[in-house]
Amino acid sequence: MSKLIPTPGQTVGPFYGYALPFNKDNELLAPGSAGSIRLQGTVYDGAGDAIPDAILEIWQPDAEGKVVQRTGSLVRDGYTFTGWGRAAVGHSGVFTFTTVNPGPTEAGAAPFISVAVFARGLMNRLFTRIYLPENEEALAADPLLSSLDPERRSTLIARRDADGGLTWDLRLQGGNETVFLDFERVESASQ
Amino acid sequence: MLLDANAGHYQDDDELVPAAEPHAAHAPSDAAVETQADLSAEIEAIGEAYARALKDGAPPETQPRLDFAPYRSSILRHPTKSLHHADPETIELYSPAFGHQDVHALESDLTIQHNGEPQGERIIVQGKVLDGDGRPVAGQLVEIWQANAAGRYIHKRDQHPAPLDPNFTGVGRCITGPDGSYRFTTIKPGAYPWKNHLNAWRPAHIHFSMFGTDFTQRIVTQMYFPGDQLFPLDPIYQSIVDQDARDRLVAKYDHELTSPEWALGYNWDIVLSGSKRTWTENEAFGDAGDEE
Ligand SMILES: [Fe+2]
Repeated sequence: MSKLIPTPGQTVGPFYGYALPFNKDNELLAPGSAGSIRLQGTVYDGAGDAIPDAILEIWQPDAEGKVVQRTGSLVRDGYTFTGWGRAAVGHSGVFTFTTVNPGPTEAGAAPFISVAVFARGLMNRLFTRIYLPENEEALAADPLLSSLDPERRSTLIARRDADGGLTWDLRLQGGNETVFLDFERVESASQ
Repeated sequence: MLLDANAGHYQDDDELVPAAEPHAAHAPSDAAVETQADLSAEIEAIGEAYARALKDGAPPETQPRLDFAPYRSSILRHPTKSLHHADPETIELYSPAFGHQDVHALESDLTIQHNGEPQGERIIVQGKVLDGDGRPVAGQLVEIWQANAAGRYIHKRDQHPAPLDPNFTGVGRCITGPDGSYRFTTIKPGAYPWKNHLNAWRPAHIHFSMFGTDFTQRIVTQMYFPGDQLFPLDPIYQSIVDQDARDRLVAKYDHELTSPEWALGYNWDIVLSGSKRTWTENEAFGDAGDEE
């Protein structure tokens, strides 16, 4: 089959707030249920200011490392873990998800959560990853992390909170700018 | 409403508040002293530099530039380091599954969500979601949102003094068919002003959000209407510097799709980036999705 040229992306703009969020969008499982953790963070711009108009999506395996293919993310029944969620940041730039610690998808692999970020002023969505901070050995062997210098690498690793939750901030620009990923094999012309 | 300030997901009600003082917003703000001519000169200079690069053998660009200063809000919101190449792994090679449990069939008709008929020009927007190899993306979620016929969003931050339409919300969803097809009935959105510079207007557009078979194909974009006079003036449309690439966001008027004495038809296909997964015969037509 011939390779088609992909359609360009565009900014999500300022007015997604009445369209993309939905009830329990950020609750991959019910808060307080067994195994649930809070994943939270703040989205910052290049001036170090929190931005109030970004929206994030996470997509992750379950606690056993299985990729889930179950419907029901938009109308959650309260017990089916679908692996996907969406959270618009609040006025202070903070987002929150209720989810589980992802398991390793293969023995010895470093577990991570895949992230897509959209914002007013961001021309196209960006992809990144949130790694769990535990299992130094797996993190050291991870193909992506080991291809980054230590300073940049740390932008992809969450902090473990005292209550078992995860904190991970996202910086669109600046000194400790988050590492964003390009999955296309051809050199991207978008920069 | 009383909310934890961190609970960003409770925005729904919060955003559905019409602006109380439509006329206050009408006077151009002092901050917007830059004129369209200033902006157009910047856009033109970037376009000329791109044309020269093309002539010198640079490959055509297919996506918007993340660093596109004429859209002022992008200045502090684009990564300055180049994107890091990564091979997609495990979870990234799959997408969340959506199905008819998630989306009601009536959600694809934006003209029947209230008691009365919305104002404006009724349209049908139809097309296919394909991956980079031309494979239809079946059973996946498509979401749209848009301004009403007067160019006004139901969003409290939209201060444009154009009328709200009590019969139009401007939000739709559907699940693609086995052939990757989607179809919405809606109202042609109006152009609207914004505060990027003095006299900035967005060409009429519908926001689209799509998933592929791999999470790496996730896309949010905007569909435009053919022949819009605002195209050369709009920093968002122009952030895609290649004309062929821009054209991929413009729907085609389709008289065959036009429904007699009912609605005008527009056709627009979306091509996602290539799937990186190794496809088996059984997988190729969307086994993920609606099993329930
Ligand atoms: Fe818009």
